[in-house]
Amino acid sequence: MNRMENLNPAIEISGLTRYFGDVRAVDGIDLTVERGGVYGILGPNGAGKTTLIRMLATLLQPSAGTAKVFGHDIVSEARTIRKLVSLTGQFASVDEDLTGRENLVLLGRLFGFSARQAKIRAGDLLNGFGLIDASRRQVKTYSGGMRRKLDIAASLVVRPELIFLDEPTTGLDPRSRNQVWDIVRALVSEGTTVLLTTQYLDEADQLAGSIAVIDHGKVIAEGTPAELKRSVGTSILRIHLKNKDQKVKAKEVVALMVNSDFTEDTDPFRISIHVEDADEASHVISALVNASVEVSGFSLGQPSLDEVFLALTGQPVKTESGEDE
Amino acid sequence: MDTSIKKTEFTSVGTPPNSIKSILSTGTRPTQANAFSASVTFGWRALLKIKHVPEQLFDATAFPIMFTLMFTYLLGGAIAGSTGEYLQFLLPGIMAQTVVMITVYTGVAVNNDIRKGVFDRFRSLPIWQPSVLVGALLGDAARYTLASGIVISLGMILGFRPEGGAPGVLMAVLLLLVFSFSLSWIWTAIGFIARSQESLFFLSFVVLFPLTFASNIFVDPQTMPSWLEAFVEVNPVTFLVMAMRGLMHGAPEVEGIGITLAISAGLVAVFGPLTMYLFRRKK
Repeated sequence: MNRMENLNPAIEISGLTRYFGDVRAVDGIDLTVERGGVYGILGPNGAGKTTLIRMLATLLQPSAGTAKVFGHDIVSEARTIRKLVSLTGQFASVDEDLTGRENLVLLGRLFGFSARQAKIRAGDLLNGFGLIDASRRQVKTYSGGMRRKLDIAASLVVRPELIFLDEPTTGLDPRSRNQVWDIVRALVSEGTTVLLTTQYLDEADQLAGSIAVIDHGKVIAEGTPAELKRSVGTSILRIHLKNKDQKVKAKEVVALMVNSDFTEDTDPFRISIHVEDADEASHVISALVNASVEVSGFSLGQPSLDEVFLALTGQPVKTESGEDE
Repeated sequence: MDTSIKKTEFTSVGTPPNSIKSILSTGTRPTQANAFSASVTFGWRALLKIKHVPEQLFDATAFPIMFTLMFTYLLGGAIAGSTGEYLQFLLPGIMAQTVVMITVYTGVAVNNDIRKGVFDRFRSLPIWQPSVLVGALLGDAARYTLASGIVISLGMILGFRPEGGAPGVLMAVLLLLVFSFSLSWIWTAIGFIARSQESLFFLSFVVLFPLTFASNIFVDPQTMPSWLEAFVEVNPVTFLVMAMRGLMHGAPEVEGIGITLAISAGLVAVFGPLTMYLFRRKK
């Protein structure tokens, strides 16, 4: 499709709902995802992220509501959407019994490449993703990171306009995670829209231009990462002391100036507290210096998305594992 | 820990994004695979799986050999007076039994694909959706042919002499393939709803053991108690074996062939749409 001809948003969702029996996995979601960039869907296990993506990828029919992908209805125009989107995730996988190369050739053939073209394309993808050395091994022998890269490569056999990445870095080591992030950034720079679900707040912060936070099948907040953090209201000031014996004294000084409680900090050399803004932070630091508390360093950071989530839901992010439905 | 620290902690190594960019910018969009080529591609996948996991052919090779040898020499003397004569009677039926027994693997493969997530990737592709199943069934046809070939070869070595000659044997095998292909749709449908491979296998034993043993494969139904004979005479496998015997021994039975084809058509007519319904609504 010529993308100039179609100026609809990448995704428009209105009142989308899906029940499984009595459970409302997705409960009346409204969202618009513009073209280009990464849109993050953030939420804990069981929040409804996977169910939402499965509906948008035409794998699951909604119980109520509508959604359009590039202006095409996910129910009545499913086949058109399948030409435009790719899916990678915990559930859209590759065949473990086949080799990496065979998987990519298979998909190339299904997309309509000739046998020769499909082989060339598979070779290009394997080279590009650094998987060429493992290309003739069965996928079941791959490491988690290799496997995830192959999953993503399988989604790029034909370049999609929109790619769904469902928890692409869950269970990966930091190095592999970084590689996946690089791939996502490369995708975006080539004009593909990315819808990413994650339960890692850091990941959404790193990659996404806009984020929707969902919990129990509902959108509970939406905005840029900075807006979400601002909605929590305060920044956190962390002060590192040269001498841990001065921690009690430092706390006394700070407590006189700042009208909030200390956040718990197990580091004996550090105190952390919420402040209104940079002005207040600088006053705190000068007061400490005037009181002869030796400061080795300090940082003023926006609250992490963990703290955002806590502020929005009143509950810490659940960490129990389980299938996300 | 500050996010600013995290950002510098994991410096980028490995895949350079530029190599990914060039893949994306050179990607061309082919014209879509048609239903036929998509089905053949999935058939190719089934053959690749056999290549990588040859032990899955165990049921298509060891079963036929075991069954043919065991029943010929175990029952031959007692039932027909000699193993040679019994083999003439038994072989078409034992071929039917071994192939009918392995139809369950179609459902096992589907069930496996669903649980592993491979199925969802295929379903998200812009292809004629039933090609996934048709391709799998094409791969199964290869297994059924292999099993049939093993039974007939072993039979010939042991002294089986089909009076219908090669054409008769080929026709019988063809009929068996048609029937098994149709029967496979039942297992495909159940493969979509079964919670595990174990439950699928258990169900197949419950269904396939009576179907193959309570039939005319091993003995003449007239020797059975009347209630059992009544079941045997409406058992689809009985008609299949009747038709195969006729074809192999040069005396085709139109009734057996006709009923077998009608049952096959009926199975596809019921379980084909049911399978596709389950396929579309799968989670």
